Amino acid sequence: MTNSPRTPGIAPARLPREAYARNFADVEPPLDAHEAMVAADRCYFCHDAPCITACPTAIDIPLFIRQIQTGQPEGAAKTIFDQNILGGMCARVCPTEVLCEEACVREAAEGKPVEIGRLQRYATDTLMQRGVHPFERAAPTGKRIAVVGAGPAGLACAHRLAMKGHDVVLMDAREKAGGLNEYGIAAYKTVDNFAEAEVNWLLQIGGIELRTGQRLGRELSLAALEAEYDAVFLGLGLAGVNALRSEGEEHHHVQDAVDFIAGLRQAGDLSTVAVGRDVVVIGGGMTAVDAAVQSKLLGAENVTIVYRRGQDRMSASTHEQDHAASKGVRIVTGAAPLRIIGGDHLEAVEFAYTEEGPDGLTPTGETFRLKADQVFKAIGQHLAGAPEDVHIEAGKIAVTGPGRTTRLGVWAGGDCATGGDDLTVTAVAEGRDAAEDIHATLVGAAQLAAE
Amino acid sequence: MADLTTEFVGIKSPNPFWLASAPPTDKEYNVRRAFEAGWGGVVWKTLGEAGPPIVNVNGPRYGVVYGADRRVLGLNNIELITDRPLEVNLREIKAVKRDWPDRAMVVSLMVPCEEQAWKAILPLVEETGADGVELNFGCPHGMSERGMGSAVGQVPDYIEMVTRWCKQNTRMPVIVKLTPNITDIRYPARAARAGGADAVSLINTVNSITSVDLDNMCPEPMIDGKGTHGGYCGPAVKPLALNMVAEIARDPETAGLPISGIGGVTTWRDAAEFLALGAGNVQVCTAAMTYGFKVVQEMAAGLSNWMDEKGYASVSAVSGRAVPNVTDWQHLNLNYVTKARIDQDSCIKCGRCYAACEDTSHQAIAMSPDRVFMVIDAECVACNLCVDVCPVEDCITMERLAAGAIDPRTGQVVPAEHGDWTTHPNNPGALKAAE
Repeated sequence: MTNSPRTPGIAPARLPREAYARNFADVEPPLDAHEAMVAADRCYFCHDAPCITACPTAIDIPLFIRQIQTGQPEGAAKTIFDQNILGGMCARVCPTEVLCEEACVREAAEGKPVEIGRLQRYATDTLMQRGVHPFERAAPTGKRIAVVGAGPAGLACAHRLAMKGHDVVLMDAREKAGGLNEYGIAAYKTVDNFAEAEVNWLLQIGGIELRTGQRLGRELSLAALEAEYDAVFLGLGLAGVNALRSEGEEHHHVQDAVDFIAGLRQAGDLSTVAVGRDVVVIGGGMTAVDAAVQSKLLGAENVTIVYRRGQDRMSASTHEQDHAASKGVRIVTGAAPLRIIGGDHLEAVEFAYTEEGPDGLTPTGETFRLKADQVFKAIGQHLAGAPEDVHIEAGKIAVTGPGRTTRLGVWAGGDCATGGDDLTVTAVAEGRDAAEDIHATLVGAAQLAAE
Repeated sequence: MADLTTEFVGIKSPNPFWLASAPPTDKEYNVRRAFEAGWGGVVWKTLGEAGPPIVNVNGPRYGVVYGADRRVLGLNNIELITDRPLEVNLREIKAVKRDWPDRAMVVSLMVPCEEQAWKAILPLVEETGADGVELNFGCPHGMSERGMGSAVGQVPDYIEMVTRWCKQNTRMPVIVKLTPNITDIRYPARAARAGGADAVSLINTVNSITSVDLDNMCPEPMIDGKGTHGGYCGPAVKPLALNMVAEIARDPETAGLPISGIGGVTTWRDAAEFLALGAGNVQVCTAAMTYGFKVVQEMAAGLSNWMDEKGYASVSAVSGRAVPNVTDWQHLNLNYVTKARIDQDSCIKCGRCYAACEDTSHQAIAMSPDRVFMVIDAECVACNLCVDVCPVEDCITMERLAAGAIDPRTGQVVPAEHGDWTTHPNNPGALKAAE
């Protein structure tokens, strides 16, 4: 190894080999059995618990925690999976501090909520590590459903449909299923190939045929899917990356943060992933944080997140911001990129300080430059490749109720559809609810009542 | 500084904390360590008659009941009396008493229910210089199968008989240790007094099975696939013990009989409660077995601080203070009307009060869509369950309705005067008396 954090330019292997394992270890190690018992005992088993209301998938949190506390972690896992089949991933990536744990009455009482996320992980890990799948399929209905997009929404939808007895073909444009779980989340949040293992575990339900390398508008068309299947669910995600609209953006060392994260996630050996000495990440969301922190962990000497608005407007949670700061990432707010400077090699990014006024964001006139040999764009994604036949509203597929698009027989959910936050857990809820609605539509109200 | 020295049936000790007769007091090494840690006295683990010592099981001796974080709430044991030779125990008792003359040294005894057996052992104990004896009429396991321990303690006539034998055959004070495995503790206590006992000590352990090994379908502790009932002790039994102590303290036939309080004493507060209900000192075992001998330092310091705060100069000034306030249900004031009050500022909106009241009580708490919980006075019977289940101390309190106020539940004016069941119109006995 000849490189170091101070090696100029974009370079791999900036760190000693053993540093990678340490840096990319589980960001929040799992609770052991005794820790879980102690943590579970703190739950008050609230009446009509606020944490359930705060969970987009409405997991019966007090019940699963009580099951842990009574020595039934696998029963607890079943309670979780009843509502959220990706409860394992959600336990790792949910911003619990603004969802269930924020609502926890112990947060109100003492500023220290029950560790719901970690308890959920304890329960789901316990069951999944045994490799058993806790659900069985209902009698075959003879219906076939196309689920396009194998991210959290598509996986949740496909699983629920398969459970109801339908046959599902689950299609995804990429090589692997999992969507952002597989390609878009920081490695230290989902160690040991958890995303892939979770998909394989989920598919154990049976009745789901996975076809990868299938992109809508390329190999697939909505018309053909509608003709072949009894229903279609679109869980396309947001494939387009927003542009900076800054001078020099086309420089080859200005990259999409999502591509950097995806490449890192798929790299077998992290020392082969090249990163700049001076990295600038532009954006204020989880993607910006994940790109910045992982740049630092790969050995970048200086990493700065620059966000155009104030810190209170950053969509990355305080917890995530603190995590970034703890890893040595600097966060600059209230500054927008003006131009990227450099020739063959990138040199710097020039920013203008901004202020928010009644007319929106305006430059103050003051500018500054940050040294940069690598820039990541993380200012959001947008819907790309959506079929023209469904109505688009505010850049997303318009849906009403449980994911019904304007087109009969076509449902949508997850980040590509209107409504809800762009969170894994929200996508799971939307996929699940669309599946229930598809089922109700296909089997008919009469049969449903008989069930 | 409050004076913690106590004199119990003439036995002096620097504080009211004695180690109960149990595994911690089975030998010299332990007892010396206990005295070094600050215990005021010990009751040496029960001696049996001379001859081949009894044997213990060679598998586990204890079962346990845990609270949160493996906190020991209760232990049961199937250990028998000392399994070491009588002469070894006597020699050690003598040596320890010689070196620690200011500490109480009481020796627990359990020999067959024959006068000759007691006559034989008492002089041997006397010779050690011990301060007194405690008659083990309590152990509910093992020895009771052989006609000793609780087999004696469950028959008041036997208690009286054996106590009398002992009083006739020794000059040492005789403390009779009572079993709680009876229906009414007053009968064995009266028998002890009738036999001439200087004091009673209680409770011994409660007959119990702490848990069942569901894989082997066997009670714990499991000995080669079988289990047996054992004696339960620790914090879990304290409420049973407090009641029994109080019953003896307020029974006119046993009033004034010194009581050594035993049963789940873990903190200074537990000790103060036993004293308040009539105990002259306390005996401790499970707390020491769980945390080691050092716990006595918290107990002594805590009791002393509390006594200073309250202005009690001595342990005897505390002893029995609450006894006059232990009464029968029929004398409770039915005109004392309270309502639950929820402090909205400290409420954390868990809804446990609502669930408890709505599901299991009187539907006297209303819940709004935004989780504000309010007491419905017209339904509240003042049962107090909401207070008990609320996780926030003092968030829910019981507020007394003033005399002259209307109780919205009954529509009746709250009387100023005391009124209880003995004079209540619904009481047939009361009506009869009035006629």
